[in-house]
Amino acid sequence: MSQLFSKENKEAFFGPLFANNPVAVQVLGICSALAVTAKIEPAIVMGLSVTVIVALSNVIISLLRKSIPNRIRIIVQLVVVAALVTIVSQILKAFAYDVSVQLSVYIGLIITNCILMGRLEAFAMMNGPWESFLDGIGNGLGYAWVLVIVAFFRELFGSGTLFGFQVIPESFYDLGYMNCGIMLTPAASLILVGCIIWFMKAREEKAAKK
Amino acid sequence: MEHFFSLLVRSIFVDNMIFAFFLGMCSYLAVSKNVKTALGLGCAVLFVEVVTLPVNYLLQTKVLGPDCIIEGVDLSFLSFILFIAVIAGIVQLVEMVVERYSPSLYASLGIFLPLIAVNCAIMGASLFMQQRVTMDPSSTQAISNIGDAFAYAIGSGIGWLVAIVCLAAIREKMDYCDVPKPLRGLGITFITVGLMAMAFMCFSGLNL
Repeated sequence: MSQLFSKENKEAFFGPLFANNPVAVQVLGICSALAVTAKIEPAIVMGLSVTVIVALSNVIISLLRKSIPNRIRIIVQLVVVAALVTIVSQILKAFAYDVSVQLSVYIGLIITNCILMGRLEAFAMMNGPWESFLDGIGNGLGYAWVLVIVAFFRELFGSGTLFGFQVIPESFYDLGYMNCGIMLTPAASLILVGCIIWFMKAREEKAAKK
Repeated sequence: MEHFFSLLVRSIFVDNMIFAFFLGMCSYLAVSKNVKTALGLGCAVLFVEVVTLPVNYLLQTKVLGPDCIIEGVDLSFLSFILFIAVIAGIVQLVEMVVERYSPSLYASLGIFLPLIAVNCAIMGASLFMQQRVTMDPSSTQAISNIGDAFAYAIGSGIGWLVAIVCLAAIREKMDYCDVPKPLRGLGITFITVGLMAMAFMCFSGLNL
């Protein structure tokens, strides 16, 4: 047991959550991070789907890593990922149809999500299955929390709801409060992610000074 | 013919890949440091788009659609794998051509040339095409024949090219600005793109 949770393995899991966050620090997988975040629910589903796919494809590629010829590795990786994404998208269509309609093409675009290719190239090709699994889960969750934060602010200020429930009371609207329409547009999510990056960098610099 | 131009203009300005759907963001942010490289990558993406999208259109309508190969069987769940295989193959081809005829461009694009294969803009265009094939032909967004598929490919490719060249030009000028230190680099780039997206929103009322 102790070997399964050694120091390196913990690093593989916790590193990508904050210090090496795939979205805010490495700037990977931005496309979907911005597009699905108008509401919290699709953001959570997207985050979970990516976590599952990164973890599983990391394990599969790391099991295959010694038998993949170097020249065609990108195509092999893409096929593995595409197969997993197809399975996830069929499952979503069967059990969560509303969300899968909201996510539309962005579920298919997990295939071309840079986090996946980045992790497969940089980690799974060089490490064993268990480490790769932890690394995949860590990266997926690191991606998911940024999505959820952006979605939280966009849903709260854009439509006054959280998870589809009214949060801002009616009396506020009677007093003249209005939903901030710009939060629902694509532009707002870009600016929000910009601010998250700003915040994380400022915190890092402060920590470095100490 | 009218529909052709309407699709073309709409996909450049209204349904812009970057500003309306955020597709292809990774390489968009990473390769937009100077105009020349940005132009090179933009042209490569445009080219790959124009070649892959009609091929995928034919695959979708002649092979994968309902009742195409076997009566009563809808194979469109296989589209992810087939589309990505077509794109990866064509990118490999483009890579060899660029390496042969323009080694300097090849060197400056570096890892981002093979990464066009995983550029969301290209895969995204194919997936949007798949959605639009089933639309009512009278709709302004419908893609009902191979000509429409070409128009959509050219339009979305040019839209991406315009977006990356604009951002590269702004970033070149921004080197001389006094940006707060933690915001430098990516933070300010995101906010710039956000403002550009707002500017492009004014096209959304365009009626064609």
